Amino acid sequence: MTPTSHIFAVAAALAILLVVVEMLRHRRLRERHALWWLLAGTLALIVGIFPGTLEWAANVIGIEVPINLVFFVSIAILFLVCLQHSSELTKLESKTRRLAEETAMQDLRIRELERRLAGHSGD
Amino acid sequence: MVGVVKEVRAALPDAGCLVVDDGSRDRTAAVANDAGAAVLKLPFNLGVGGAMRAGFRYALQNNYDIVVQIDADGQHDPANVPELLAALDTADLVMGARFAGQGEYEVRGPRRWAMRVLARVLSRVAKSKLTDTTSGFRASGPRAVRLFAEHYPAEYLGDTIEALVIAARADCTIRQVPVAMRPRAGGVPSHDPVKSAVYLGRAGLALVFALIRPKSTFQVGSADA
Repeated sequence: MTPTSHIFAVAAALAILLVVVEMLRHRRLRERHALWWLLAGTLALIVGIFPGTLEWAANVIGIEVPINLVFFVSIAILFLVCLQHSSELTKLESKTRRLAEETAMQDLRIRELERRLAGHSGD
Repeated sequence: MVGVVKEVRAALPDAGCLVVDDGSRDRTAAVANDAGAAVLKLPFNLGVGGAMRAGFRYALQNNYDIVVQIDADGQHDPANVPELLAALDTADLVMGARFAGQGEYEVRGPRRWAMRVLARVLSRVAKSKLTDTTSGFRASGPRAVRLFAEHYPAEYLGDTIEALVIAARADCTIRQVPVAMRPRAGGVPSHDPVKSAVYLGRAGLALVFALIRPKSTFQVGSADA
C-alpha cells in the first residue's frame, strides 16, 4: 500500500462518517437508519488506518484475496440497508392506508352531520 | 353505478348502502350520493382490497352486522342478496358463485384452468365446495366483518383469494350460493395468454403466502367468537 492510497482510504472513510454525523446532527437522518452507515464508515476507517486488520480478518475466514472480503462486507451492508428500507416502506404504506380510511370515514361523518344540521335549520 | 345503487335501494329498502370511491377524480361521489348512497371517499387510490377494508371498517364503526359486497359495474344482481343472506344463517361468509349452475358467464383458456385449480385448492382450505373463488359478490356475517375490518388484504388478488384463505384459517365457515351474473357494463375479461400467465403466477403467489402466513398476523383483537 502506497502512502497516497493509505491517505485516500482514511480520507474516504472519514468523509462517510462526517456526512452521516452531519445529517444526524441536523435531524435529516434518524438514528435507526444511520446505524448501518455508521457501522460501514467505522469499518472503513479501521481498515483504512490499519490495513493489517483486513488481511488478518480475511485470513481468519479463509478468503485468499483480502479485497474480496471488502466487497463481500460492502454488498452485505448495502443489501441489508435495502431490505430495511423495503420493510419500512411496507410499514409506511400500511400507515397511509389506515390514515386514508380514517380521513374518508371522518369526511363521511362530517358531510352527514352537515346534512343533518342543514335539515334542522330548514325546519 | 347509479343504476346499481338505485337497484340496491329498491331491492333492499332496509339496508344501508355504501359506495366506496377509491380515489377517483370524476363525480362518482356526488353522483352516488344523489342516488341515495353513503359515500366513503378515499383521498387516493388504495386498490380493490383497500377500498374493501375501508368499507368493512365503516360497517364495524356504524354497527352493521352484515356486509354484502356488490360490484358497481352491474355484474351482480341485488335481487340475489336475500339468497346470500339466507345462507349466512349457517355460514360466516357466503360467496355468490357464477359457475354453480346459474347464468351463462363463460371464461376460456388458461384463465379458466387457473380458476379451476384455485377453486380446487381453496375448496380444500375452506373445507367446503367452492367453484368460483374470484367472485366479488359476497356476504359477510358479523364474524367475517370483524375479521375483514382488520385484515382485508390490500395486495393485488388479495381481495379475492387471500381474503378467502384468511377467513378459512380464522375458522370462518364459508359457503357458496349459485347466482346468475349479468354482463358487465364496462370492460371485458382479457384472453391474452401472457396476462393469463401473469395472473396465474400472482394468484399462486398470493395463495401460497396466504397459506404460510402465521395465524397471529390476522388475529382479531377483541373477538368474542
